[in-house]
Amino acid sequence: MKSETMLALYRSMLRIRRVQERIESLYLQDAMKTPVHLCIGQEAIAAGICLALEPDDSIQSNHRGHGHYLAKGGDLKAMIAELHCKATGCSGGFGGSMHLVDVAAGHLGSSSIVGGGIPIGTGIGLAMRMRRTSQVSVVFFGDGAADEGVLYESLNFAMLKRLSVIFVLEDNRWAVCSPRDSRQTGDNVFLRGADPDRLFTARLDGNDAEIVHETARAAVARGRSGAGPSLLVCDTYRIMGHAGCKAQEPSGYRDACEIDAWSDKCPVALYRAKLASRGILDEPTEAAMEATIAAEITEAFDFAAQSPLPHDGDLHKHLFSE
Amino acid sequence: MPWSQIKPDMDEPDYGRDNGLDGRRVTYAAATREALAQALSLDERVFVMGQGVDDPSGMFGASRGLHLEFGNERVFDTPLAETALTGVAVGAALAGMRPVYMHNRPDFLFLALDQLANHAAKWRFMFGGAAPSVPLVIWACIGRGWGSAAQHSQALQGIFQHIPGLKLVMPSTCHDAKGLMLAAIKDDNPVVIIDHRFNFKNKGIVPEDPYLVPLGKGIVRRPGRDVTVAAFSHLVADAYMAAEELAREDGIEVEVIDPRSIRPLDEELILGSLARTGRLVVADTGWKTGGVTAEVAALAAEKGFASLKAPVARVASPDLPTPAGYTLEAAYYVGKDQIKDAVRRVARA
Repeated sequence: MKSETMLALYRSMLRIRRVQERIESLYLQDAMKTPVHLCIGQEAIAAGICLALEPDDSIQSNHRGHGHYLAKGGDLKAMIAELHCKATGCSGGFGGSMHLVDVAAGHLGSSSIVGGGIPIGTGIGLAMRMRRTSQVSVVFFGDGAADEGVLYESLNFAMLKRLSVIFVLEDNRWAVCSPRDSRQTGDNVFLRGADPDRLFTARLDGNDAEIVHETARAAVARGRSGAGPSLLVCDTYRIMGHAGCKAQEPSGYRDACEIDAWSDKCPVALYRAKLASRGILDEPTEAAMEATIAAEITEAFDFAAQSPLPHDGDLHKHLFSE
Repeated sequence: MPWSQIKPDMDEPDYGRDNGLDGRRVTYAAATREALAQALSLDERVFVMGQGVDDPSGMFGASRGLHLEFGNERVFDTPLAETALTGVAVGAALAGMRPVYMHNRPDFLFLALDQLANHAAKWRFMFGGAAPSVPLVIWACIGRGWGSAAQHSQALQGIFQHIPGLKLVMPSTCHDAKGLMLAAIKDDNPVVIIDHRFNFKNKGIVPEDPYLVPLGKGIVRRPGRDVTVAAFSHLVADAYMAAEELAREDGIEVEVIDPRSIRPLDEELILGSLARTGRLVVADTGWKTGGVTAEVAALAAEKGFASLKAPVARVASPDLPTPAGYTLEAAYYVGKDQIKDAVRRVARA
């Protein structure tokens, strides 16, 4: 992997992390009047996958979608404005935090229905096939969504038609307050039994951005060649609670030791150390990166604060395309 | 199968020539199939999918042989996975295609409701117009008949009527089956077409060239001065026959109107007719509570109250699942006789 690719991976993760941290630190001020689902701890997946994509490749995200949106090239200002429900938000204040969209960046919108985006991303893959393009369609979903039958239905259809769809299961082990072990048998059922010619499957360390990126590149190449879909099961952990900020996290449903253990596997810190040991990331480079990101985030929050709210007269717009 | 004989093949009523149609007479299935074939020819973004869409029976004939003409990539059978395949259609529509997803029975649309109600209907609004719209057509046929029982005989228009963001169409004539299908495919939004198996027993006049019947625009099928009957789908023909008999038997002149679309609903047509007659009967095959007849009656109360000379009467299915046994079935279904009774009731009131 080239050093600029490594730096791009790191920068993408760091930017997602810093955006999340700023949201978390300001959330109790109540200027953001929409639920937020932070993806702290899961940045390597969004960054590693999206760096393997072109702008006209498509992603389907979900309620925990800030990382996907940013990694795919979504506009930060429009995202932060949307969290403030402003008219300048990416969804004009109609969507809130769970319905981010940036069509120019290949992000056609995201659903808050768990598993809802899985067949939609599959259908986008069908359209790519019918239009004879070499684009790929990526679907991000969690282990909670893997409980849903629609995943099996979509995988079956993608395999049947050899669609260029990459199913990315972010296995963060928690669905709201339900542990994975109360919902699924240990290893994911979809990794077993599928003909490898029809479905490329891999279970990987989702906190290792390089592994995610390298695997994504293989899956993308497979998709572009017309060979068919892939299922990447990425092991990771939701460091924060299901929704809101840390101060709002209910206690008692998970072991603090578990959070500590996974915090030690922080994808951003691990990769920083790795790049430093390779001599690719020195202190001045990192400081410059941090400063640029911090300025960009401040600018986005200022933009959001100064932006107008939607008018109540806008209520009836947008239901139908005329 | 005996159920193929519960209603004979017949020419649909000519609705008194007032609709200005002349020309060749084709079956309802042929009219629908012609719409699909023309849409597939005219627009390369159109494709047709559905469980059994390439069967020899081809959705009661509506899609028969289309896969031979347009290939298996554009007309294809689906796995029995209505939730995901509806989402696949939504995704394909978002990415620039124009899917038509066909179902032999509407019952399976309950499996598809997540993608229809949570996704297709809301996608554009949810992103403040910044996401693409969902130009998707969902077609399903009510399979009433001989012992089909509670699930395969459902009339679910009331469910879809309730959801903002879906357009809902129920054609009653062969002409409209073609024109509304072409209009639904051309529309940039999700459109549900609920058809009725009885309509497929009809032949009617259908122009050969492609044409559009605008969504949300109804039509007067029979002018009359005494009572308005607003009827939907195959009950339009029942209402027309009821009107002809009532004119002969009772001297009551019934105006039969066919809104054709349930959403958007042609309020002007309904309120205009009510203003002429002052009396309204609403007839629909769906359940009574919270259904299409309830909505039209509410419209009359809300916006046409001054015109009403009598309470609105509703002819709808009882709030029960459909029984299988034929004596129970006969007691369950509504049609011409119930419409006549309702008209007499409101005419006297």
